[in-house]
Amino acid sequence: MSLSKDEILRYSRHLIVPEVGMEGQEKLKAAKVLLVGTGGLGAPLGLYLAAAGVGRIGLVDFDVVDVTNLQRQVIHFTKDVGRPKIESASEKMMAINPYLEIVKHEVALTSENALDIIKDYDMVVDGTDNFPTRYLVNDACVLLNKPNVYGSIFRFEGQSTIFATEGGPCYRCLYPEPPPPGLVPSCAEGGVLGILPGTIGLIQATEAVKLILGIGEPLIGRLMLYDALGMRFRELKLRKNPECPICGDHRTITKLIDYQQFCGMPNREEEPKQEAKVNDAEIEVTEVKEKLDRGDNFVLIDVREPHEYQIASIPGAKLVPLGQIGQRLDEFDKSADIVIHCKSGMRSAKACGILKAAGFEHVRNMKGGILAWSDRVDPSVPKY
Amino acid sequence: MAKILIPTPLRQFTGKLDNVTVPGATVGEVLAALTAQYPDLRKQIYTDEGKLRSFINVYLNDEDIRYIGKDTAATKEGDTLSLVPSIAGGSR
Repeated sequence: MSLSKDEILRYSRHLIVPEVGMEGQEKLKAAKVLLVGTGGLGAPLGLYLAAAGVGRIGLVDFDVVDVTNLQRQVIHFTKDVGRPKIESASEKMMAINPYLEIVKHEVALTSENALDIIKDYDMVVDGTDNFPTRYLVNDACVLLNKPNVYGSIFRFEGQSTIFATEGGPCYRCLYPEPPPPGLVPSCAEGGVLGILPGTIGLIQATEAVKLILGIGEPLIGRLMLYDALGMRFRELKLRKNPECPICGDHRTITKLIDYQQFCGMPNREEEPKQEAKVNDAEIEVTEVKEKLDRGDNFVLIDVREPHEYQIASIPGAKLVPLGQIGQRLDEFDKSADIVIHCKSGMRSAKACGILKAAGFEHVRNMKGGILAWSDRVDPSVPKY
Repeated sequence: MAKILIPTPLRQFTGKLDNVTVPGATVGEVLAALTAQYPDLRKQIYTDEGKLRSFINVYLNDEDIRYIGKDTAATKEGDTLSLVPSIAGGSR
């Protein structure tokens, strides 16, 4: 794939690097990379891969830009809030480099469409945010023999490696199974330093470009760990597991499976049923407000963390972080009328379960948490 | 004796410490000493049957203990053990 005169000038600083040169730049132009997710990791990936001249970049995302994304997802601007991420991202990438071809897959990657989408690309760069999709991307890459440039982040820490190369380990070799839901918090629950995905995303971008150019020592069989607080990189050995169910000696997985189920999450069809089951244990924010106004004799427990309480709180709520509630049950009366809240209702549901299992009789979860309180009771309470 | 590096998601179970040094001549002994000191951590890294959870890997220096004898791998002064949990964040 030859370069035009304008492209030669644009990529001049690549062309004069002997390891890249005309041949390398033409490889970049001929390369087809699928970027799954245009969020924290996808943002720097998209910008730099576009600038570097990767010829065809596929984007998979079905989300819209939210104002809370802007702290880290630098491909999306304030004016893009509410727009599909895929539109916002492709617009910025084309503005950087109009010589690109961007293929938009505005869908959720599923077991039904993953092989069909991925098969047309040379490699996948995984910038997703959840375990089911990560296992799905891994399995599809192993089945199709496509390298999977992996990165993930949590608060101040990141991990990166390349999975599913010929003879190399895969994600299941590293982690045969995902954690049960709720044990490991997501970015939305656990938070993330906004700069962190930039560092990890660019490690992924570096590895993708090296793979395309065929230069250097790829991050295969090595897991790179990054600790932003200590500013340390550590490298661990990553071996191919001979017992791996998808890439080992005795393979038991030969096609894509149900990844929601694999990760212990309820099937989409089953969700309404679950909701009905918990409804009798829930209370609306407006009803909690009425109870407070009437001066009802009840206990309102906030199971968030102290730093969240500082951002926003409901007057009269007693702060007992979820991690402590099991040890602090004796602070409450088992026959008392108890309402528990958190940010959005997930942690408080867990806390309700703990109290009920300990014999508390009247425990209800405040539906929607303090976010719903801000929406429907007191708009002066900030959302976060 | 070995130093164990505690990753961010598990620090809430070690009183916020990012590393803990405990005695032990094998990986199994070191982990037992660690979880005796921090019982809440035990539930996070072991199943009810006492098996290491499959989404937390343990490395002795840069080697995955699954390939060097698991709990029986010998530890010596100056060794570092890392607990590396599976994390999925990246987008939202």
